[in-house]
Amino acid sequence: MLEQIEKIRVEATEGIVKASSSAELEELRVKFLGRKAELTQILRGIAQLPPEERGPVGGAANKGRKELEALIARSAERLDAAELDAKLVADRVDVTMPGAPPRPVGHQHLITRTTRLIEDIMVGLGYEVAEGPEIEHDYYNFTALNHPVGHPARQLQDTFYVQSHPDVLLRTHTSPMQIRAMETQGPPIFIVIPGKVYRRDSDATHSPMFHQMEGLAIAEGLTLADLQGTLLAMSRALFGDTREVRLRPHYFPFTEPSVEVDVSCFQCEGTGVLADGGRCNLCKGQGWIEILGAGMVDPNVLGFVAEKGYDPERVQGFAFGLGIERVAMLRHSVPDLRRFFDNDVRMLEQFA
Amino acid sequence: MRVPYTWLREYCDPGLPVEELADRLVMTGTEVERIDVVGPPKPDNFVIGKVTEAVQHPDADRLRVCTVEVGEDGPRTIVCGAPNVGAGQTVAVALPGARMPGGDKLRKAKLRGVASEGMILAADEIEIGDEHDGIMVLDDALAAGTPLAEVVPLAEPVLEIEVTPNRSDCFGVHGVAREVHAVTGAALGPDPWAEDAPAEAPGNVEDFAKVTVEVPDLCPRFTARVFRDVKIGPSPLWLRERLAAAGQRPISNVVDITNYVMLLTAQPLHAYDLDKVPGGELIVRAAREGEKMTTLDDVERVLDPDTVLVCDRDRPSGIAGLMGGQVSEVSDATTNLLLEAANWNGPNILQTSRRLSLRSEASARFEKQLHPDLTMRAQAVASKLLVELCGATMVPGTIDVAAPAPEPRTLRLRGARVTSILGMEVSQAEQVTYLERLGFGARVDGDDLEVSVPADRYYDVTREIDLIEEVGRLHGFDRHLPTTLPRVGEGKVGRLNRTQRLRRRAEDELRDLGFDQIVGWSFNDPGEAGRLRIEEPDPRADPILVANPLSDEGAAMRTTLLGSLLGVAARNLARGAESVALFEAGAVYLRGAPPESGGPLAGDFPGDTPAPVTEPHRYGALAVGPLAPRSWRGGGEPVDFFALKGVLEALAGSLGCPPLEFEPASEPFLHPGRSAAVSLGGAPLGWLGEIHPLVCRTWDIDAAVGFEIDAAPLLAAATLGEEAFEDVTTFPAALRDLAVVVPADTAAATVRAAVLAGGGELLRSAEVFDLYAGPQLGEGEKSLALALEFRAADRTLTDEEVDAARASIEAELTKIGGTLRA
Repeated sequence: MLEQIEKIRVEATEGIVKASSSAELEELRVKFLGRKAELTQILRGIAQLPPEERGPVGGAANKGRKELEALIARSAERLDAAELDAKLVADRVDVTMPGAPPRPVGHQHLITRTTRLIEDIMVGLGYEVAEGPEIEHDYYNFTALNHPVGHPARQLQDTFYVQSHPDVLLRTHTSPMQIRAMETQGPPIFIVIPGKVYRRDSDATHSPMFHQMEGLAIAEGLTLADLQGTLLAMSRALFGDTREVRLRPHYFPFTEPSVEVDVSCFQCEGTGVLADGGRCNLCKGQGWIEILGAGMVDPNVLGFVAEKGYDPERVQGFAFGLGIERVAMLRHSVPDLRRFFDNDVRMLEQFA
Repeated sequence: MRVPYTWLREYCDPGLPVEELADRLVMTGTEVERIDVVGPPKPDNFVIGKVTEAVQHPDADRLRVCTVEVGEDGPRTIVCGAPNVGAGQTVAVALPGARMPGGDKLRKAKLRGVASEGMILAADEIEIGDEHDGIMVLDDALAAGTPLAEVVPLAEPVLEIEVTPNRSDCFGVHGVAREVHAVTGAALGPDPWAEDAPAEAPGNVEDFAKVTVEVPDLCPRFTARVFRDVKIGPSPLWLRERLAAAGQRPISNVVDITNYVMLLTAQPLHAYDLDKVPGGELIVRAAREGEKMTTLDDVERVLDPDTVLVCDRDRPSGIAGLMGGQVSEVSDATTNLLLEAANWNGPNILQTSRRLSLRSEASARFEKQLHPDLTMRAQAVASKLLVELCGATMVPGTIDVAAPAPEPRTLRLRGARVTSILGMEVSQAEQVTYLERLGFGARVDGDDLEVSVPADRYYDVTREIDLIEEVGRLHGFDRHLPTTLPRVGEGKVGRLNRTQRLRRRAEDELRDLGFDQIVGWSFNDPGEAGRLRIEEPDPRADPILVANPLSDEGAAMRTTLLGSLLGVAARNLARGAESVALFEAGAVYLRGAPPESGGPLAGDFPGDTPAPVTEPHRYGALAVGPLAPRSWRGGGEPVDFFALKGVLEALAGSLGCPPLEFEPASEPFLHPGRSAAVSLGGAPLGWLGEIHPLVCRTWDIDAAVGFEIDAAPLLAAATLGEEAFEDVTTFPAALRDLAVVVPADTAAATVRAAVLAGGGELLRSAEVFDLYAGPQLGEGEKSLALALEFRAADRTLTDEEVDAARASIEAELTKIGGTLRA
């Protein structure tokens, strides 16, 4: 009986190892381990055996059965994997077909990007951001900025007025918010003010609508040298760490002294000459590019908010106004101001 | 202001190449826009010639063959076409090799067979005026062969200066010369008005003229002199050259002198033919309402009482400070002259000039407010020239009708203040030097200075801070200003506030949802509301209008972002884009006072005075064509109401806002069946919908979907950044699906509300995920499938609890005519 069991075990093992499909394996399982299988019969007939044989035969048959079961399970695993592989190989795609497009992501307007860039630089210097109305009272746009009625400086910027309201206009600069901010918050104040502004002018370098970033810093003891340092820090952050700035005296009604500010050209490193010996087209050979107007806030301006703590004998400071499109044009080589408002998606999509 | 360099150097010669001077001026506050060169680029080969013979050209009626001595061994033959050429004349000659203005080189040429070895010059050929009627005939005292450049500047560099409105003194060559003196330290010559003309005519000015000023506040000073025996003729070459280089057309000696003196002193003058002024009487008065007069430019102008006139006894003779009239204009026949040098009220001149749209060289100066003292300076310079150049004799005396002169101005300049404003040291000695060079008087008082302000700078320098600017700019910001960074903050950190951070997030979200950001024009044409089918009394049909737009396209402030979005979409589609998805974050402009809360996004700005109108900041989006691109795997479905609704909900979700509410609503520009009013917490937010086909057609777009919502309420409801932790993991949720059959016209929101009401506290969410209508349901019915999530914070829910909630839901659904589908 034991020999018979051993024979079955060897025969079955041979068959199982050779089985080449799960169907064949199943046949073998039925044949060797099924209800009618020899081994099963032996186990069933154990009770009829003499008591001294029952132990050894039962042990051998059970052991053989367990071995075979384990072997079948291992073979089944092997055969399943092989058969899955075969199926997967048959399930083949053309890997050169285009990928499914993800839902497209849109694009940030270059003005937004540039505005945020400048805001972030100034926030890094400790400034806060404020916003004011685009349609303004004459008082905030001119009078409180030291442009009294009849002052020729009012003509420096050609102004859009609101019909039937001669004292209401489209702000010509972000500077009105200087006054609004100081009316609301006492010194020290360090703010920047981004926003749309309007001037009655239209050509490649003038748009009737454009964007400015105003800066205002008022505290005790601020100086023109502090203005220069602040603008140098900003210019380096915007245009590169080796930039220099220079202050040229100028005139604005609401600052005194007033300056126009040039940054050394980042295309020719301030030499005015390109590597190939040609004249630098960006700075027109000057080595300097004008980027903004600035100055020490005029005491008359502070006088309009003196009762809010802005006594010109006690606090002083500076203001500047930067053209956001101007920065964007310089940083991204945009040739024409009007492109910003054309909103051609072929341009928009160049800037993430 | 054009400043010819030779003229400038007559008063102050810095001994510098003009480019170097320009750089110094630029760095001290005088903006030199460019350096222009007037006349031939080089003075070589331009000489004085003597015409010894002029005979008719054998083959040309209009040409003459001239023999001209030019200081060489032999004479030259020059063919000349000028009608006035003749033997015995002294002329200007360009010899072969000369570079003409524009750069062309003059060559020997054969004219109708006769060789010509040069050119006899007309004024315009070397850019002295525009005369081309004949050649210039010069003073016979000039020797043949004398370089022409010794007689008249050739290749004259001209500094083109942009004069800032505060510097009326730099509207005169002498003012610029003083600036050059201050900047370079080069010597400044004596004032050109130091010497007056001799008054040699008999009588006194009072015998010939009388001036009455009825409006002394608008005419602080009116001076007049009288000249006799004036001979009108062309000005000498030097004068014509200076005027031409300065951009003034030479006309005749008297007119040229008034222009010349204005360009020198910044004080405009006006000359009258005294014989055309009845009784020699001038009256300065306000115009009468509707009064008319014809100015020298031949335009009849209608005036009002804010306009000041200079009148003779009978009628207006000129508009004060702006332009003379034709009645008393100087002509070739003029022999007796009245010369006016007056002072006017600057703001009044500015307003009149703007009202009449009339600007002149004179008004450009007067409107900056000149000092009354300048009048007598101009009288002195002009008188001398009239006597010297026009053979005039001056009648003794000056009519001088003057309001009390402005008080002399003395300012204290504190030494400590100079340093504290500028952040650089300027020694007291340097301060004194700079101020004195500029014409100020400076008296030392300890660390401070007592500074007296000269007439030229009287209205410009009124305070200590103005002196600090003068001292600082001459010291040189580029050379001496330190670079320092201020201490910012004092206990605060610089940062964006929460709303500003949310704004960035909202814009980023719209971008990430597939939309390109645009920046639209704030103004459009007033017809846009009509094209959007918006009609009165809708306030959006009544935009704020611009009084003086550049064109009709910029005449109305936008009341919705939709017009901008449609315009940009249409333009891109016309340029070949197959689809567009656009958004804008920007303001619209509505009549009426802004709200008193809500912050800048709502139009509630800082400041004591509210903004004049309401400027809500909005988000608008518009999509045309598919949001997801077409590919071989699908996609490309046209955008519709629900696609944009999903975008809008995703925007709100990204900000942590509670769910948006949508109700059917009709905007005139939207599809009436596919549009919704959007609100949040019951407060209106804006609209969402498919754009009305008629509106689309107007913009030449097939179909579009969009939304526009107010930013302030959206961001106010945002919880982003302020979320509190909620334990949703310790006790698991029970998930159930529910199918509800309701009448077809029952809104999904109604069903959802009933489910939420029935589910009570345990029901944490109920989302519609399917819609069915068809044969398995009765007529007029639909089935909605909802996914429900039940959860309790403190325990795992039992089946009994969930079943009870479900039963309660069923009861609620019954109230709205709904039944649970098995």
